[in-house]
Amino acid sequence: MTTATVAQQDTAVHEHHDEHEHHDNFITKYIFTTDHKMIAKQFLITGIFWAIIGGFLSTLFRLQLGFPDMNLEFLRPLLGGWIDETGKLDPTFYLALVTMHGTIMVFFVLTAGLSGTFSNFLIPLQIGARDMASGFMNLLSYWFFFLSGVIMFTSLFLKTGPAGGGWVVYPPLSALEQAIPGSGMGMTLWLISMTLFIASSLLGGINYVTTVINLRTKGMSFSRLPLTIWAFFLTAVIGILSFPVLFAAALLLVFDRSFGTSFYLSDIYVAGEALPNTGGSPVLYQHLFWFLGHPEVYIVLLPALGITSEVIATNSRKPIFGYKAMVISLLGITVLSFIVWAHHMFVSGMNPFLGSIFMFLTLIIAVPSAVKVFNYLTTLWRGNLIFTPAMLFSIGLVSFFISGGLTGIFLGNSAIDIQLHDTYFVVAHFHLVMGSASFFGLMAGVYHWFPKMFGRMMDAKLGYIHFWLTFVGVYMVFFPMHYIGMAGFPRRYYSWTNFEFTNMYTDLNMFISVAAIITFTAQAIFLFNFFYSMYRGRKATLNPWNSTTLEWTTPLHPGHGNWPGEIPTVYRWSYDYSKPGAAEDFIPQTVPLSQTPESNLPHEQELVKLELEIMKDEADFLEANESKH
Amino acid sequence: MDGFIIGVGVLLLLSLVWMVFRIQTLVSVVKGSDRKIASTSNKVNAFLFLVFLVGTGILMFWYSIKEFDNYTMPVASKHGVITDKLFWITMAVTGVVFLITHVLLFIFPYKYQYKEGRKATFYPDNHKLEIIWTVVPGVVLAGLVISGWMAWSDITAPAPEKAHVIEVMGYQFAWEIRYPGKDNVLGDYDYRLINASNVHGIDFTDKNSMDDFPSPKVVIPKGEPILFKIRARDVLHSVFAPHMRLKMDAVPGMPTRFWFIPTKTTAEMRAELKDPEFQYEIACTELCGRGHFSMRKLIEVVEPAEYQKWLAEQKTFIQQNPAIAEGQKVESKELAGIETSVSNK
Repeated sequence: MTTATVAQQDTAVHEHHDEHEHHDNFITKYIFTTDHKMIAKQFLITGIFWAIIGGFLSTLFRLQLGFPDMNLEFLRPLLGGWIDETGKLDPTFYLALVTMHGTIMVFFVLTAGLSGTFSNFLIPLQIGARDMASGFMNLLSYWFFFLSGVIMFTSLFLKTGPAGGGWVVYPPLSALEQAIPGSGMGMTLWLISMTLFIASSLLGGINYVTTVINLRTKGMSFSRLPLTIWAFFLTAVIGILSFPVLFAAALLLVFDRSFGTSFYLSDIYVAGEALPNTGGSPVLYQHLFWFLGHPEVYIVLLPALGITSEVIATNSRKPIFGYKAMVISLLGITVLSFIVWAHHMFVSGMNPFLGSIFMFLTLIIAVPSAVKVFNYLTTLWRGNLIFTPAMLFSIGLVSFFISGGLTGIFLGNSAIDIQLHDTYFVVAHFHLVMGSASFFGLMAGVYHWFPKMFGRMMDAKLGYIHFWLTFVGVYMVFFPMHYIGMAGFPRRYYSWTNFEFTNMYTDLNMFISVAAIITFTAQAIFLFNFFYSMYRGRKATLNPWNSTTLEWTTPLHPGHGNWPGEIPTVYRWSYDYSKPGAAEDFIPQTVPLSQTPESNLPHEQELVKLELEIMKDEADFLEANESKH
Repeated sequence: MDGFIIGVGVLLLLSLVWMVFRIQTLVSVVKGSDRKIASTSNKVNAFLFLVFLVGTGILMFWYSIKEFDNYTMPVASKHGVITDKLFWITMAVTGVVFLITHVLLFIFPYKYQYKEGRKATFYPDNHKLEIIWTVVPGVVLAGLVISGWMAWSDITAPAPEKAHVIEVMGYQFAWEIRYPGKDNVLGDYDYRLINASNVHGIDFTDKNSMDDFPSPKVVIPKGEPILFKIRARDVLHSVFAPHMRLKMDAVPGMPTRFWFIPTKTTAEMRAELKDPEFQYEIACTELCGRGHFSMRKLIEVVEPAEYQKWLAEQKTFIQQNPAIAEGQKVESKELAGIETSVSNK
């Protein structure tokens, strides 16, 4: 009965779409669109824009760190007064660069650019839905993000500079204009921008969750969902539960900054004046911030892991090993991600007992992460591996996930963290495990689903060059940082020559800077490949990777509504690759078990009878429907 | 002119790259290799993973061994020896995992690269394996956590009563040091008492503050427990004494603390490192503004006898500047009406 109702709705929705499809003009098609595929592309292009900005900012501060004596006069046309008379970068602006690099990369690139693009693009296509549950909310989600970006971008050009208190914007520094100029207008714009961003993220997240729960096609049970969808779904859940807490933190900061409250401020004497605030606690802000801040790590990482699971399975021509274990570890990470936040605060002055508790919880989260790595490795084992650029980036991701994950075991141990906290060891750790890993997930996704997005192929050879330059480059940038971190170099330092213990490794810092600039420049290969292939790439075939999932059953250029006829029904999980007995090395999800008796496993053979019954019921229903007309 | 030449050069280079790209695309279309599932590139990529594994592996071992003395910092505190040991135990455990997983990760692509006619092994799950690699990391991590937790509990336990108390106060952009004097009790402070001559905001109506004295550097005796009482005057700072393996945030409005036992005097460390200039340093590790990178303070570790001698030579705040207390008595009377919380016990 339920299936029947769904079928009925589908036809209704479909007719409805046909009616409207032809009325699209430029604005409704490309700008204020409600088509999830176009919104995904909007997120992607905006994300790429921000990645260029964020990456470029990092090359600026790497110049300062690698070549402290360099005359930066040539940057004056761009940076103006931020280059002083002697051709040096202004130390305050250095902090602004670091802050903006972090904010942009974490939120605008790896949250919006990654989740925004692929949750939007893949959820309806892979679960078999015509669009998101609410196209309008989806539209709002993008435009809130856009507006948030405009405001953040504007703040880069303020005379007092953008926010400069680090991407965590800890008060009191971020609350007091007297303490750093970036905490004036720059910080105000940061807060407004982030508020809009949170709104965008919530609108998107609620939509993703609703869509996954309600709009799955016939037969698409949760246990048949591709791991991408599981990852996007849980990412959205994490976002919905944690972003509001950041909003609360930001709101209280706004009160402290503008309305004279003392949530985070207490006993402060700054710029020759004792402030009236008492009773507040800067540590409270840290708790609230990291209650989002830590889950945020998984918000950027889980979609990348989901994409990787899909890409590795497809290109290994093997089912993902341990589907259930993968889902359980995703669930485990989701739950645990909420109860480990204070490991960022072991030496913040909070009660050390709390530190012990968070150390236990933190190291537990390493277990599901380890399970995922082992499962990836076993998926590769005895596969028939095809190295598409997406596959290369996925393998690269697993490597970063291991390297960066293992250093997390040092940092999660509060006793060891005393020395390593806020040194370059931490910088190396999170740039590998969350920054580079997620970035590689994003790249894998773009290379893999480009044919579905634009109906054309990206050039594979350029993809290989892009991968190898980036893969080697990322390691050359971040691996040496471990040594620098063990030597005790603190982060967010404009220069290290003031201290004897850090007055060394100028060679290594120079090396890192050169590697960073080369790696950044190498991304031009991708940009060229991306935009060129969009218009001039080879025409894609319908299923270029011989994949099992639903998105490859749509036309080359799916219209709004995705499938021209009825939405396909799903009869199996999405990982039937190289099934013994099957003629091809993949069986799409839309092929009924009853058509593949030669390759069915014993428990699947039992399902065939049930499947046939359901199909018969459906046929009867459709027939009855026909005769009514 | 230079700009023009560079511009033309870049343009030529780009057009060259462009032509190479077009030619290789056309060649691959002609050869039909773009329609094959896996062309030569597949073999090249598979091989490059091996090259990467060997190349970066050699680079890592070579550099790690060559630079060992540079990136390992000598340790000069009792708990530091323990945390260093934990660090290296963790390094050994994670190092093994790092190597094994990476060897597999890069050998598999080579070994199982696409071959025409071969079928991948359909191997969707194995519960036994899953359980093994859930439980084993769990047990290993439990071991690491428990050892870390024991060390952490000892380090953060209350300081011994006889610990020498020293106040470290951070502000933009320096540290101020205050010693409690003979009574080993620091006098009260109030941030509203801060002015040009009283940078600590010491409340001189408190008799404990009478023998407090300032010091341009932190002087501490070797082998005796030291308790840093840490606070901040304006924004967050963080006391980082790398050789002592000591780090603790300085929080405005919330005094923090960290105690430790130094094990090597500055002179001993100089001899050990063969560096007559060596100094123990304190740096700031919580972003605090423009001068964050310049908050340097020196620590001098001396023999206990020498420390006692040094103590006896110090002049209290009041001895150094009798006016400091005079002015304050008036002020503190005024303040009495709006007395609030802050005290430093």
